[in-house]
Amino acid sequence: FSRCAAQQRHSVTATVSKMAGADGDDSLYPIAVLIDELRNEDVQLRLNSIKKLSTIALALGVERTRTELLPFLTDTIYDEDEVLLALAEQLGNFTMLVGGPEYVHCLLPPLESLATVEETVVRDKAVESLRKISQEHSPVDLEVHFEPLVKRLASGDWFTSRTSACGLFSVCYPRVSSTVKAEIRQHFRTLCSDDTPMVRRAAASKLGEFAKVLELDYVKSDIISLFTALASDEQDSVRLLAVEACVSIATLLPQEDLETLVMPTLRQAAEDKSWRVRYMVADKFSELQKAVGPEITKNDLVPAFQNLLKDCEAEVRAAAANKVKEFCENLPEDNREQIIMTHILPCVKELVSDTNQHVKSALASVIMGLSTILGKDNTIEHLLPLFLAQLKDECPEVRLNIISNLDCVNEVIGIRQLSQSLLPAIVELAEDAKWRVRLAIIEYMPLLAGQLGVEFFDEKLNTLCMAWLIDHVYAIREAATCNLMKLVEKFGAEWAQNTIVPKVLGMANDPNYLHRMTTLFCINALSEACGQEITTKQMLPVVLKMSNDQVANVRFNVAKSLQKIGPVLDSNALQTEVKPVLEKLATDTDMDVKYFAQEAISVLALA
Amino acid sequence: METTKLPPSSPSSPTTSFSVPSAEKVDGFPRRSMRRARQRRSHSSSQFRYQSSQVELTPLPLLKDAPVAELHDLFCKKLQQCCVLFDFLDCVADLKGKEIKRAALNELVESVATSRGVLIEPLYPEAIKMISVNIFRTLPPSENPEFDPEEDEPTLEASWPHLQLVYEFFLRFLESPDFQPSMAKRYVDQKFVLQLLELFDSEDPREREYLKTILHRVYGKLLGLRAYIRKQINNIFLRFIYETEHFNGVAELLEILGSIINGFALPLKAEHKQFLVRVLIPLHTAKSLSIFHAQLAYCVVQFMEKDATVTEYIIRGLLKYWPKTCTQKEVMFLGEIEEILDVIEPSQFIRVQEPLFKQIAACISSPHFQVAERALYFWNNEYILSLIEENCQVILPLVFATLYRVSKEHWNQTIVSLIYNVLKTFMEMNSKLFDDLTASYKVEKQNSFHLDIPTNTSEAEDMFPLHELSPETTQPLEELIAIPPQGPGFT
Repeated sequence: FSRCAAQQRHSVTATVSKMAGADGDDSLYPIAVLIDELRNEDVQLRLNSIKKLSTIALALGVERTRTELLPFLTDTIYDEDEVLLALAEQLGNFTMLVGGPEYVHCLLPPLESLATVEETVVRDKAVESLRKISQEHSPVDLEVHFEPLVKRLASGDWFTSRTSACGLFSVCYPRVSSTVKAEIRQHFRTLCSDDTPMVRRAAASKLGEFAKVLELDYVKSDIISLFTALASDEQDSVRLLAVEACVSIATLLPQEDLETLVMPTLRQAAEDKSWRVRYMVADKFSELQKAVGPEITKNDLVPAFQNLLKDCEAEVRAAAANKVKEFCENLPEDNREQIIMTHILPCVKELVSDTNQHVKSALASVIMGLSTILGKDNTIEHLLPLFLAQLKDECPEVRLNIISNLDCVNEVIGIRQLSQSLLPAIVELAEDAKWRVRLAIIEYMPLLAGQLGVEFFDEKLNTLCMAWLIDHVYAIREAATCNLMKLVEKFGAEWAQNTIVPKVLGMANDPNYLHRMTTLFCINALSEACGQEITTKQMLPVVLKMSNDQVANVRFNVAKSLQKIGPVLDSNALQTEVKPVLEKLATDTDMDVKYFAQEAISVLALA
Repeated sequence: METTKLPPSSPSSPTTSFSVPSAEKVDGFPRRSMRRARQRRSHSSSQFRYQSSQVELTPLPLLKDAPVAELHDLFCKKLQQCCVLFDFLDCVADLKGKEIKRAALNELVESVATSRGVLIEPLYPEAIKMISVNIFRTLPPSENPEFDPEEDEPTLEASWPHLQLVYEFFLRFLESPDFQPSMAKRYVDQKFVLQLLELFDSEDPREREYLKTILHRVYGKLLGLRAYIRKQINNIFLRFIYETEHFNGVAELLEILGSIINGFALPLKAEHKQFLVRVLIPLHTAKSLSIFHAQLAYCVVQFMEKDATVTEYIIRGLLKYWPKTCTQKEVMFLGEIEEILDVIEPSQFIRVQEPLFKQIAACISSPHFQVAERALYFWNNEYILSLIEENCQVILPLVFATLYRVSKEHWNQTIVSLIYNVLKTFMEMNSKLFDDLTASYKVEKQNSFHLDIPTNTSEAEDMFPLHELSPETTQPLEELIAIPPQGPGFT
């Protein structure tokens, strides 16, 4: 750093120490320390100090902040990126500390330097702060101070400053005079055809935002030509950003202009030779569809969508498959069904047996949504076979996605139609070798139980739910326990008493202590849902009996369970049955058992 | 559904039958993501399919049998024939056509390599067209998004049997004694070069190897493209550093640059210095540094050998980006520093010795023994040792405390014995200074044990790191006053 900077720095610290010394004001000492730390060798200290910059500024007062602290900070810009990032962020909130909107332009020099550094995160943060404080400028200050900064950045030598400039046009454009507006448009135009692809990418990514603040005539004259140029850039990384802008631009234009101004470019993007651009089109398809309206959708987007669903690149197909439901939903209602049946469904059918599992699973996550759109008859005739095929898919993720969306189809045709195929699929997932898959299916059990009804559940699924309780993975046993609770909430206490409770309590005599503990965990989960009577009469005796278990882990879980089910019990049971057992456990030889017993005693107020 | 799935012959070679549908267009190259994926014929007709079903290749007469008058015409026909693309993911598709093209390519390679007078002007556009059609394509998405070039097997190019010959032809074409840059520059233009550079992202090392040699020849022969090539490589690197952190061909591009830098005229242009400071030095921050570090260090050293005045930029740059947590990278940085010190001019050394040896001291006290070891090896380098000796008055005080402390504390015996050697060397170099430092170190150490109030802030920080006491985390601001602000700035 320069000698001048060093002196500057010196003067700030000197001021503060002088102030601190002369006034005998001790409260400035910490500030002196903080300022001193701004140039400490240790990055962490500098960072801490920068993060407390507002405290320093507050202590210095607005004038000193403007005349001493800010010039000092402007010189700090040689520092580590981490410190610069913190500084860039701080300065965005500094308006009041420099004396309010009247003086906000004082913040521009340090932020301008920060907007030119190499490191992207620092630059982005500086731009964010500049955008923020631009709103606090008066229209005059905006023209006198802010806009010249944008111009300087836009014509900077190195690409970093030009990249930063791209994000600043749209915030000052609406509030400046028409002469300055013309200049801003010119600068933006220049950056869109910049020599370096980095700047063109930055410009392309801000094109939509900039279009929104422009007058419609200029959108048509300026933006469209820039859009067309960027969309046919030599680099696909630029072209794909133009697709994003396409959504904003199409929204701004009147319907009659879309065909001539936007569609040729969009059509070209949908057939771009780079899969990245096609992927982007697929990814933004719903937004594009809304932006161009129903007529163009019918004539242009439907065939384009078909092509994307049949794309040679799996990534593109998967992105398009993800949009199938939304696309169909947003089709114009008058001939929606016909379009889906004749144009979309054939492609969807192909995707069901796609060879890439990501494509299939993307489809499986949305395909069920088509049933609401197509209605009962079509669903049974056309969609059901697809659902059934996906339920039998070799990839568990596909099956899971189908099962997790059963509620949509339930509303239209009832889940019974599927139950024949559903069951084997569920059983297979329930026994999948990957515990995460088992976990996922458990989470859908309450939903399935609700839709299939208690009878079907008892008959087919109950055994599965009980089997999970003795899974060898703890996460599965835990989820299974939680699942039982949800089932009881759905089917009621009586059902629990007849079907679940006996089996759960039976496990209390299992030779495996992990299974015995599962009994306790189930009781913890179920007592509230089952109510006082079942808890007191059936569960409590089992818990109490387990207090004599040989394994200390079981015993301290007894203490924990008693604490948990205590509130469900009446005070008589607590005093006569629970209290003696807890007291005995409180004298256990194992210190954990003691600890939890004592905790239960104090929580249940039995002492 | 047709499933002609063949057993894979090697883990990376694509064998599953595959068809290339619609948007594939002219390109017809492997889609790795599809390799296991697509097993059946596509429903849509694609330009590629259209083309290959349209053009049934018929073998042409051999070039060597052709009468001289018809040679060029036949050569041209063969070039056109080689513009037909084949589907290599379906390895049984159109075997006859593939063989005809392979034979034709072989003939073209041989002819351009061995016979004189073949390359006449009308063949240039045809040759460049054939090359473009075959090699330029959008690279497919990576099959493994977390592809780690050090660990994972790269995905190889399915169409390599043809592609290799096309590259070979291109290379022979450029190297042919008949090659006329003035004719070629009309076809090998900026757009062509840009597409060529994009191919360096290919995951297939064989392809990158060809590209490297080819680009080098292009740079050497087509002078008008040089500045443009350098600029585009710049852009690729900047994008790699600041945007994507992913590009497979960094090492190859750096290798070319190494020889380009070698040829820079003196004094260095501002453009070249800027490249060093803003591109090469920041490249050290990349996560995947290990893949191209050797080439990068070579480029850096080349710069120094060209112009010693850039030394300070380089060393200060490396110190700025010194790895904070990655010891593997730290070892690489140390290696590069040694390469730099090997050729450093003594006058330049003096300018950077202070910050440099502070960092070296920090490395010596690293608990990771490979880092400490790598730093201590500097004392085995005779040239470095002579530099240290000349500047012993400055360097020894910088590293002394660390050496002394680490010699007592380090867990690894090798490090301890290396340090003893270094201490011994210093003792022999300047026993007076050594004794003084030993004495003052001991006094200081005693003071810091016996005095509750440390004498200055920097020592205070060693004992009570200020940031741990910072108001934000635990203590109120007032408590900071307990430590009087007596840093150098307050004098």
